[in-house]
Parts: sequence; C-alpha cells; structure tokens
Amino acid sequence: MWKWLHPYAKAETTYKLCYRLLPYFSWLAVITLVSGSIWGLFYAPSDYQQGDSFRIIYFHVPTAIWSMGAYTSMAICGLIGIVWQIRNAELAVYAIAPVGAAFTFLALISGAIWGKPMWGAWWVWDARLTSELILLFLYLGVIALYNSFEDKRTAARASSILAIVGVINVPIIHYSVEWWNTLHQGASITKFDKPSISPDMLWPLLLNISGFLFVLAALVCLRLANQILINDARRPWVKAMVSEKTNKAEQSKNRATLADKE
Amino acid sequence: MNNLSTSKPLSYWSAFKSIFIREIKLAWQKPTQLVQPVVFFLIVVTLFPLGISPAPKTLQMIGPGVIWIAAILAIMLVVERLFRQDFQEGTIEAWLLSTVPMSLLVGAKLLAAWFISCSVLVLITPVLALLMNIETHVIPALMLSLMVGTPILLFVGAIGNALTVGLNQGGVLLSLLVLPLYIPVLIFATSLIEAATLNMSYTGQMSILISMLLVSCFFAPVAIAAALKNTVN
Repeated sequence: MWKWLHPYAKAETTYKLCYRLLPYFSWLAVITLVSGSIWGLFYAPSDYQQGDSFRIIYFHVPTAIWSMGAYTSMAICGLIGIVWQIRNAELAVYAIAPVGAAFTFLALISGAIWGKPMWGAWWVWDARLTSELILLFLYLGVIALYNSFEDKRTAARASSILAIVGVINVPIIHYSVEWWNTLHQGASITKFDKPSISPDMLWPLLLNISGFLFVLAALVCLRLANQILINDARRPWVKAMVSEKTNKAEQSKNRATLADKE
Repeated sequence: MNNLSTSKPLSYWSAFKSIFIREIKLAWQKPTQLVQPVVFFLIVVTLFPLGISPAPKTLQMIGPGVIWIAAILAIMLVVERLFRQDFQEGTIEAWLLSTVPMSLLVGAKLLAAWFISCSVLVLITPVLALLMNIETHVIPALMLSLMVGTPILLFVGAIGNALTVGLNQGGVLLSLLVLPLYIPVLIFATSLIEAATLNMSYTGQMSILISMLLVSCFFAPVAIAAALKNTVN
C-alpha cells in the first residue's frame, strides 16, 4: 500500500489525480442527487405523523452526516500531515474546511426549517443541535486560523493541529443523542438490521446521502487542486503546464486563422 | 543552557521542577498579573445581578452558571498571555534546543499556571456563591467542579495560545478557537451542579469531567509542543 500511496506525496501527481477524479465525482453527484431528490420529494410516501414536511430529511440528514464526515476526514488529513510531514495532506485540511462549514450551515438551516413545524420552534437548545453549532464554530476557527498567518506552510500546520484537537468534538456529537436523549429524534437508518424507517423512504435517502458525499468529494478535489496550484505557482511543473496549455491554445488559434485564410 | 551541553544531561524531573519554580518566581514578581483575572472574575459575576435581577430566587437559579461563565472568561485572560513573553524573549527556542521533551516542559509551565491563577479562582468561589445566594450544600459541588474543570480549560486554552502566539492579534481569534472547545466542559459542570442542587448524586458527571481532565492532561502538552514548534519555525 505504501508503494501505491507514496507518489501522491508529490504535488504534481496529486494535482493530476484530483483533476482525473473531478468529472467522475461531479457526474455521480448529479445523477444520485437528481434521482434521489425526485424520488424522495415526489414519489416517496408521506410520513404518517409528520406528513409531507418530513421530506426535508433528504437534505437535512445528508448534510448533517457529511458535516461530521468532512470534519473527521479533515482531522485525519491534519494528522497525516503533522505526523508524516506530507504537505499535500496539510493543504487538504484547508481544502476541506470551507466545504465542511457550508455543509454544517446547510444542516443547521434545514434543521431549523424542519424544527419549526415539528417542534414549534426554529431553534431549541438540544444537545445535538448545540453540538452541530459548535461544529460550525470549529470549522470557522480552522478557517480563521489559516487565514491569519502570512506564511501558508505555518498556517496549514497550525490549522491541522486545531483540526486534530477539535475532532474530540465529533464523537461527542455522535453520542450526544444517547447521552442526553432529548428532543431530537434518534438515528433511524444506521441500525441496518432493523431500520425504523420504511424502505420506500430509505432508498432515496441513501441515494441523497451518497450524492452529497460526491458533492463533497468533487468540491474538495477542485479546492485541493487549486490550493496545490497556488502553493506551487513558482515551481517548474506548474510553469511547464501553463506554457504547454498556452502553446496548445496558440496552436489551435493559428490553425483557426489558417483555416479562415484557406 | 551552557551547562547543559558541558555537564551531565538534565534529568526530566529536575527540568520539570526548575521550570515549575521559575514560573512561580516570575509570577511572584508581577503580582498585578496575578490579581487581574481574579478581579475580572469578581466584576463579571457582579454584573449579572445588576443586569438580570437581584431577586434571590433568580440569583440562586442562574448563580452556578454565571460563576462558571465568569471563570471561563477569566481563564481566557490567563490563557491569552500564557506563552507570549516566553515566545518574545526566546525561552521557547531554548526549550526546543534542550534535551528534555518539549511537552514535559510545557506540562510544568501549565501546572504552575494552574497553581498561580486558577487555584485562586476556585478559592474565592464560596464568596461569590454567597453573593449569588447559592445554597450552602451546593458550594462544595461548585468548588469541586471548578477544581476539576479549570485545569481542562487552561490546558485546552493553552493549545489555542500556542497556535496564535506568533500572530500579532488580540484575543478575538483565540476566543474563536478556544471557546467552542470549552462548551462540553461547561455542559457537564453545570449539569453536575444541577444534580447537587437537587440533592442527587453527581458522581457520573464528576467522572466525565475527570476523564476529560485526564485526556487533556495527556494530549494538550503534546499538541502545545507541536504548535509551538510550528510557530517558532
């Protein structure tokens, strides 16, 4: 596995990998999200208790799951970057942070919209909601810390350390339901053997969960590739790539003008 | 540092002890810095009866939470300048060069910092509890929770300070980094006090707080050492 992984310590290889994966992730995201959302919003049966307003689950649950998933992967990247001194992993921390923050924000907003008809309030100080809010603050902290350093290498390392420290919060979010057992409904799909959600509702949800994962992956690939480019802007491989691109553009322009003349 | 390279290497214990004593001596030379967080703690607590209501019932209800929040804010003041002077005068670089692990030296400094600034906060809590009209049987629980909770706050806050010590920024960034991490401590501490108010056993919350303390004791010095190394680079 090390032999397979170790070329990706090189910026150029990771950059190319990101761009190779980007179209796959984007198309998978489009397909799963469109099919999952249409199925969930129009064809899935309505809930016997919550009526049609339960349908926001198809956006609330995926964003909430991946807001935590993104944080965990960010912390893992940070750990890899700190322990094995791999710069690309450190860059990935800042590539993930704003996307994860956006997911957390979406989960909070969709939760508030769902909470209003169900609980009668936009916000309640439930443990899970509070932890999700803390998660948003943690993301904002990582972003703010990264942006306050002039030297981006130091910035990446500092935010990696902060991400690792903050990851203690993620299990607290996960187990808070069992610890406090308050207003928020318990998990309905993780217990696969006997799910407390009907399969007609479950399948579109699973589609959307995977769809949001692909959105996350696509955005992170794009951001990481850009991050690498910005970081390596003065390196030969970037210059070579840019000049290659401009040459190609010029050639095709020349061909076009030649064709015009003919 | 010179005698380090010439004579026999420093033992871990004597390094720990000398850093601890150095911190205590330094703090003794600047008593104003010692008093500031305590006075701040008192003032913040005083604001609440004026701002909300001086009715004894209300005070009794909000008292423990107010004292805890004031303690958190006071510790933010302590944390903000924890490594600043060491960083500016190059002590941290000397620590990096020494043969003793950085996390051990950081641990000594944190322990000293707890004795210097936080123990006083715990000790004056009964006075504040009287001001907030808290029942006497709750006061031991309140003090215990602060006793276990303040070192967690200090250790976690020190990570934030170590990350930002190289920046010329005030406490705003630091509080953005650190305050979210304080929330679980606050939740369990206040739930402990609530249980004590209802005359219920609070061993469960206490064990969670103690486990948080042990985890932060173990990991915070490592994280702080990594952060300081990163800053000094």
